[in-house]
Amino acid sequence: MPSFSRILLGLFCLLVAILLLAPTLVVIPMSFNGNKSLAFPPVGFSWQWYENFFSNPDWTTSFSNSLIVALIVAVVATVIGTLAAFGVSRAAARTGGLLRALLITPMVVPGVVLAIGIYAVYLDTHLVGTVTGFVLAHTMLAIPFVLIAVQASLEVFDRRLETAASSLGAGRLTVFRTVTLPLILPGVLSGALFAFITSFDEIIVALFITSPYLKTLPVQIYTSITRDADPTVAAVGTLLFIATSLIIIAGLLLGMRRGRT
Amino acid sequence: MTATHDEGLRSAVDRSAFLSRFRPRGAVWLAAPAVLVLLVVLAYPLGIVVWRSFTDPAVGVDNYVWFFQSAVNRTVLQRTFVVAAWVTLVSLICAYPYAYAMTIVGKNVRLALILCVLVPFWLSGVVRTLAWVILLQDSGVINSILRGLGLSPVKLIRTLPGVVIGMTQVLLPFMILPIYSVMKGIDTRLLQAARSLGAKPWKAFLQIYVPLSLPGVYAGAIIVFILSLGFYITPALLGGPRSILLSSLVQNQVLSLLNWGRGGAMGVVLLVATFVLLALAAPLMRQKHTSSRREA
Repeated sequence: MPSFSRILLGLFCLLVAILLLAPTLVVIPMSFNGNKSLAFPPVGFSWQWYENFFSNPDWTTSFSNSLIVALIVAVVATVIGTLAAFGVSRAAARTGGLLRALLITPMVVPGVVLAIGIYAVYLDTHLVGTVTGFVLAHTMLAIPFVLIAVQASLEVFDRRLETAASSLGAGRLTVFRTVTLPLILPGVLSGALFAFITSFDEIIVALFITSPYLKTLPVQIYTSITRDADPTVAAVGTLLFIATSLIIIAGLLLGMRRGRT
Repeated sequence: MTATHDEGLRSAVDRSAFLSRFRPRGAVWLAAPAVLVLLVVLAYPLGIVVWRSFTDPAVGVDNYVWFFQSAVNRTVLQRTFVVAAWVTLVSLICAYPYAYAMTIVGKNVRLALILCVLVPFWLSGVVRTLAWVILLQDSGVINSILRGLGLSPVKLIRTLPGVVIGMTQVLLPFMILPIYSVMKGIDTRLLQAARSLGAKPWKAFLQIYVPLSLPGVYAGAIIVFILSLGFYITPALLGGPRSILLSSLVQNQVLSLLNWGRGGAMGVVLLVATFVLLALAAPLMRQKHTSSRREA
């Protein structure tokens, strides 16, 4: 390729990268704003929005609500999704394919349509504003992500290892516990991480099934944005960004260490 | 001694072969809990939406007649599709060269480019939309830069272009990743072969490389288009009264007007559009996928 078009391509990619990173680049400085305003660039420097996040009960309760819901979802969706991944990849090809298509539909159903349906059901069954209601809805939304992650690691998993283990006398449960699970663990763990994030970040269904007594963090962020220009939102965004980065970097480092040994 | 050991081994292998032959039928049941969850929190709620759209307030297709007869609704429906098409087009224009660049650069630059695609996901979805409010507002970053350059500011917030920009940024990774994963597998020696036979670089690129990359383009485009159709938060926060999309109308009918029938009918229209598109695109993606594999 001629060097001129290479330079053009490089410049274009730089612009796309800026587009991709722009929100992150704006939110972080905004969280240290000295004024209660969302006008850019921020004026002055202060930690007050971080203080507000840690001291204002609106923020702390919604944060702990999200944490509780997301942790339960991560466990439940990972167990159910991993079982489903085994079902899909070990069933006959055609059944498996159909099952897989069925189980990933939550990813393509428009959020609002799903939300009004779930809202209708929850109104009848008194699940609006309950942890059970949130966990059920978020588990459904998280299953596809677990399924995809675990299935990916099952695809590279050599099934003859299971045969070998059972030929040496191991029962099916022992085979699963000592051979299969350790080998697909990276897939299961990343599925759990996806499930956690799906729940922790879910907003559309949450907006419908929330109540004044049970708000999740995204709902609190959304209401804060629509109500006034409060830079606490930027502080929350920055904290979550840092937390996610740390978890992912730790995961990568762990994966690299495992790969090396 | 060896004979019995062998026999024992063979019978164990036979047994496990026997087991694995039986597993296919049994294995499907492992997915039962997941299917149950989907039935309860996906199929049943969607069923209720469809049911109410035909029965609330009266049995019949009144809600659909109302939907398609109202000029406002038709405008919003059309706008939803137009916005989805714009988002898909702009994403494609941004993603294609970017994904291509990812395949030709060195290891470190590639890592940086991949990070740029993944880092946006680390920011909470709602916060990302807030960031776009900050960027696009009248006193926002983009207008400050324009003023700094001596240009006149443009109205971006609460306009359709603003909505398209925000949605494109959110959905861009879903376009870049499938295209990149297909491009990664393209054998570039095919390009060299074409050039050695006298094709100009651009012609070789357009006639060999682009067709081979199409499965990724189709996959990315259909994902972005479908996700755009159902977008709710970004248009709700970045848009104004003249850029309302279908999702906001659904929400308004149900939560503000408590009109489940009409809201449901709109939802069903959105749902049907999504699944019709998926059904149309599925064979396209599959066919192209196998043919490209064969060619490669």
